[in-house]
Amino acid sequence: MIRVVLPSHLRKHANINGEVTVDLGETAATQRALLDALESSYPVLRGTIRDHGTQKRRAFLRFFACQRDISHEPPDAPLPAEVISGAQPFLIVGAIAGG
Amino acid sequence: MTGVRLLVGTRKGAFILTSDGKRQDWDVSGPHFAGWEIYHVKGSPADPNRIYASQSSGWFGQQIQRSSDGGKTWEAVDNTFAYDGVPGTHQWYDGTPHPWEFKRVWHIEPSLTDPDIVYAGVEDAALFQSKDGGKSWAELSGLRGHGSGPKWQPGAGGMCLHTILLDPKDPKRMFIAISAAGAFRTDDGGATWRPINQGLKSQYIPDPTAEVGHCVHRLALHPSRPDVLYMQKHWDVMRSNDAGNSWHEVSGNLPTDFGFVIDVHAHEPETIYVVPIKSDAEHFPLDGQLRVWRSRTGGNDWEPLTKGLPQSNCYVNVLRDAMAVDTLDSCGVYFGTTGGQVYGSADAGDSWTTIVRDLPAVLSVEVQTLS
Repeated sequence: MIRVVLPSHLRKHANINGEVTVDLGETAATQRALLDALESSYPVLRGTIRDHGTQKRRAFLRFFACQRDISHEPPDAPLPAEVISGAQPFLIVGAIAGG
Repeated sequence: MTGVRLLVGTRKGAFILTSDGKRQDWDVSGPHFAGWEIYHVKGSPADPNRIYASQSSGWFGQQIQRSSDGGKTWEAVDNTFAYDGVPGTHQWYDGTPHPWEFKRVWHIEPSLTDPDIVYAGVEDAALFQSKDGGKSWAELSGLRGHGSGPKWQPGAGGMCLHTILLDPKDPKRMFIAISAAGAFRTDDGGATWRPINQGLKSQYIPDPTAEVGHCVHRLALHPSRPDVLYMQKHWDVMRSNDAGNSWHEVSGNLPTDFGFVIDVHAHEPETIYVVPIKSDAEHFPLDGQLRVWRSRTGGNDWEPLTKGLPQSNCYVNVLRDAMAVDTLDSCGVYFGTTGGQVYGSADAGDSWTTIVRDLPAVLSVEVQTLS
């Protein structure tokens, strides 16, 4: 199970308490697959993390894992092994911008 | 029991203010959607329990919230605003072509007759319609397809479609306004549109009387007489007696005719309200005195309304969607400021009270008259 930590605004928006766990089953564990599965479980998150049309990460959000910024990793690249195993969470973080 | 419900959108959430018909004591609930920008909240005239809210964020994009119980609970509905076909380009600030990009919903206008039909005015300027209570949205692309779209350009606040007026006597007619393209009208339910800017003069564009390019800030009409339109333009307060076919200036004795809001008394179609702002460079009232100006003659002759409003050291702005009137016998008038105050008058503007202060900057104020 992959653990996902959302920013507080999105947790509240999706009525989520704490971390979310996502089971990708036999699907290759990539950023795209993870976000697809997350949005499938929580449809109100569609458009909040990735742009509706382009499916690109929204500009003021970042993806962190294992003490690294993996925002610029290709969406179909494998997630870090520690994230896939559940040892480390996949963090979706609101960038420090504005008030 | 009659009462009123104010729907207030702010930079950091929505607030709902309720009172009985006396409009003296107010209950404040909120913030709803704390931390999000709430550009507009508006209730359905056909079902006051149905309320729509535009919720947006630079981080998380656009959401549309819907309530079916008068704002007690909310559900997120569809937030997909996809332009119809190839979006094309409009003018950028430097005059170069710039692709249409959705940014946010500025204004929500529920149908006068069906709570599930609702219109959304968005940035970059376009008009969307939902026929299923916000569960899906489709662009009324005849507006952008009118032909002048490539000449439209953003105002300082972005290229937003901020005003949607539905004609209560003709369900196929509506008026919209865009900064900085101007006003447009459809007579066929949104399939085709025509610019209605004849008579506007804007010295800040190369051709001051151009067909499009005017920075219209707000339109208003009285439901009993929808062919008479009032406009607060960037500069100039304007009036049309022929559904926008032509306009003439009615700024009259206003001390400055720059401003954002304009509204019409609920029972007197010739009584209108504006809040003059010093200039486009100084977005605050003249001399630090917050004054609503009222005309009982449909323009030209204006009187300042000051009782209960700060008359010194006041440097707030009143944004384009931040004034509303109720329909009680003694018409209530309300407006919100960028300083977070919401002022109300239960006597058509003669006197004002501070309903609430120190909210986040107010973006919009709407009122529902409840029976």
